[in-house]
Amino acid sequence: MKQIGEPILTADRITLAFGGITALNAISIGIRQHEILAMIGPNGAGKTSMLNVINGFYHPQAGTITWKGETRRRVRPYHAAAQGIARTFQNVALFKGMTTLDNIMTGRLLQMRRNFLWQAIHFGPAEQEELAHRARVERIIDFLEIQAIRKTPVGRLPYGLQKRVELGRALAMEPELLLLDEPMAGMNVEEKEDMCRLILDINDEFGTTIALIEHDMGVVMDISDRVVVLDYGRKIADGPPEEVRVSPDVIAAYLGEER
Amino acid sequence: MTATDFAPGRDRQSAAAGSGRGVSDTFPKLLLEHARLRADRPANREKDYGIWQSWSWAEVAAEVEALACGLAAAGFRRGDKLAIIGDNRPRLYWAIAAAQALGGVPVPVYQDAVAEEMTFVLDHAEVGFAVAENQEQVDKLAEIKERCPLLEMVIFSDPRGMRHYDQPWLDDYTKVQERGREFALAEPEFFPREIAKGRGGDTAIILYTSGTTGQPKGVVLTFDNIITAAKNAIAFEGLTDREEVLAYLPMAWIGEHIFSYAQAYCAGFCASCPESQATVMLDLRELGPTYFFAPPRIFESILTQVMIRMEDAGWAKHRLFHFFLDFARRVGPRILDRERVSVTDRALYRLGDVLVYGPLKNTLGFSRIRIAYTAGEAIGPDLFTFYRSLGINLKQLYGMTESSVFLCIQRDGAVKPDTVGAPIKDVEIRIAEDGEVLFKSPGAFQCYYKNPDATAAAKRSDGWVHTGDSGFFDADGQLKILDRARDVGRLRGGALFAPKFIENKLKFFPYIKEAVAIGDGRPFVVALLNIDLEAVGDWAERRNLAYASYQELAAEEAVYDLVQSCIERVNRNLAAESALASSQIRRFLILHKELDADDGELTRTRKVRRRIIVDRYQPLVEALYSGGATGRIATQITFEDGRKGQMRAELAIRDVPTGLPPAEPVPLRRAG
Repeated sequence: MKQIGEPILTADRITLAFGGITALNAISIGIRQHEILAMIGPNGAGKTSMLNVINGFYHPQAGTITWKGETRRRVRPYHAAAQGIARTFQNVALFKGMTTLDNIMTGRLLQMRRNFLWQAIHFGPAEQEELAHRARVERIIDFLEIQAIRKTPVGRLPYGLQKRVELGRALAMEPELLLLDEPMAGMNVEEKEDMCRLILDINDEFGTTIALIEHDMGVVMDISDRVVVLDYGRKIADGPPEEVRVSPDVIAAYLGEER
Repeated sequence: MTATDFAPGRDRQSAAAGSGRGVSDTFPKLLLEHARLRADRPANREKDYGIWQSWSWAEVAAEVEALACGLAAAGFRRGDKLAIIGDNRPRLYWAIAAAQALGGVPVPVYQDAVAEEMTFVLDHAEVGFAVAENQEQVDKLAEIKERCPLLEMVIFSDPRGMRHYDQPWLDDYTKVQERGREFALAEPEFFPREIAKGRGGDTAIILYTSGTTGQPKGVVLTFDNIITAAKNAIAFEGLTDREEVLAYLPMAWIGEHIFSYAQAYCAGFCASCPESQATVMLDLRELGPTYFFAPPRIFESILTQVMIRMEDAGWAKHRLFHFFLDFARRVGPRILDRERVSVTDRALYRLGDVLVYGPLKNTLGFSRIRIAYTAGEAIGPDLFTFYRSLGINLKQLYGMTESSVFLCIQRDGAVKPDTVGAPIKDVEIRIAEDGEVLFKSPGAFQCYYKNPDATAAAKRSDGWVHTGDSGFFDADGQLKILDRARDVGRLRGGALFAPKFIENKLKFFPYIKEAVAIGDGRPFVVALLNIDLEAVGDWAERRNLAYASYQELAAEEAVYDLVQSCIERVNRNLAAESALASSQIRRFLILHKELDADDGELTRTRKVRRRIIVDRYQPLVEALYSGGATGRIATQITFEDGRKGQMRAELAIRDVPTGLPPAEPVPLRRAG
């Protein structure tokens, strides 16, 4: 079985506020190597904000993020991506007019060494490089079983497949940490099962660490090694699924409680 | 497509005249012969990671040797059975050759078979070893392993998701081959020696026929059976080692085995496997086969897709398309049959070829086709003519598992939509007094495995094999198949009732996917129907008709109207033939679910299992005859993963006016 290691990313007392609203209130989370971590919580609990902080889209007012032993101050999404953090979005954010193949190829852009002039000529080293990247992308297409839509513009695909293409693009970056924002939202049962299997396979085959946000409790309890529960910017639970499931705080947050 | 694997500079060589005939009486011997004679020519291709990977005959021989030796090292002995389960993959074809090389018997299993069906076959055939394509198939085998005590070893080809499987009876294809290579190194004479032991009279394969009734039967065929039939057909059509075929139909089906394995080995041509079942049409286009086989439903779905897409084309293209297509229907088949056609018609056809037929064939992957077959079911005359009018040499043939396929083939220039051709070399056909088709052929099967009663019923002591089909020879000596003999019945009034004939007429409409006509011993004919979700869905979209599922669409009032108009046309057609006028459909309903092989309603080759359906939908059948306006039903359905559930529905029943005077013939199928 897989070995869950030391934390590769540590968020220490992160506080993020928008005007008067505190989205994250001194939250500390460690994401350990090779684990699948699920973040759950009611709407507005700060889950997506936390992902946005991790990949450098938001900059917290207080607190630090440590990535593989290195504490970072201000990071842009570009840097996070270059360091090996990839993500997918709650609303599919693909290039609708481009094919599945081209969309996934964009995930390789950071690894491309030749500049756009070389690429434009598409000759010699640039061609070699593109072939190498294409080979990588084909592995991903095979892995996700989306060969049949390789040349289909993603705008024409059903939602479930678009989500899969987006996952493919994130995988193309060969990330160490993969952030998935509601990967199964809006899917039917069969699509959810497929997606669950893919997430487990990614974690298993590539050893990729995964942090995901999900509302479907069945899914969360099934696939995650650890669950963090956020509620109104606070962390109210952190532990293995079976523990979190019975935590009174969590039950209260989900089922509502007289405050 | 990749052109790199075409070795230039070799002469075309007709395989029928190929050397070594009479010596190579088994497939492994043929394999060694090709590895010697055409070592660098491609034998198999598979699209993988977006690229056509290719293996030469020499490489295939090495792969087969490694696997065979690995199997031998694992204890596979002469006479052992090797089950083969999965989609079309070169590795699975090699497994067939490897088993045969060791004197074992391959038993391909339908890859979409649910666990129960698989248990029957594995248990009945006493399978000890299995090669499975992937995790999905291994999971099925794991589930039934306890009920198949003889099953010792399962070899999986695709290791994906298999990392945590530690069952001792599982092994990786590559590892088996590695051990095989070591084995071969220690004993290099083993593989050729084992192959040399094989004889033409040995059992080559056992194929389980899905059968429209009862349990599957294992048809035992020898190398002589298959090789003679395959070679006779090769000689008949003049196939060479340069043919290109796409291996995409189920491996457990005799047709696939003959076209993509037997004939490929006999003629030395290359069989290519698609990337996945979902990409077959794309791969077909890239490959551009020269020799192609498909059951009518595939030709039908291709045409439906073309018509649907043409509906979206602009006005000018639309007009151009239909003008040239109508013209081709008149002239195309005659040009193909080398009949006399006027110079202007020829010129116009040439123009049509540049503007419409050529591009269309290219899009479909049919540009290079020399010979295309359809068989298994009757094909609609319009459908058949459509392909022939484009210049595609589509022909019909007649055969079955029990005859190693080839009994009758239509000769070039003598092609008709409603016959299946004349008997080929070495085949004798006789029509029994009761109209049943009987045959004698070198391809005739040995027996049904461990089923002497069924064997005795089909294969009589006088040497004639009973097909169970009823038919007759037409004036040109071509065989015409009417129906399964036992399905032909009579209405209560005494009139002849041939259900398949009516069903085929219904199914020729793109909107109707499946039809079951009922009438034997009844006062009149009724029909249970499935609509074609794609064609009717498209039709509904054009009319802004919203629907969420098959069930919802099938229940739409407007869809009933649409289907009724089709039935009315069939009725007019039937009324025109006096013997069948009373077979007009009086009442019908559209089923709330699609008939499915997983529910046992269709065979794995998608033939309707009439008796099972009539039985299962008994309440609906009664409602059709009782005169009520609706019928209620609760059916059990099987989900993709094998779970079962209940589905309840109340379905509308429609009356159709009958006895109308004959009207215009059915025009070319158009979607929308």
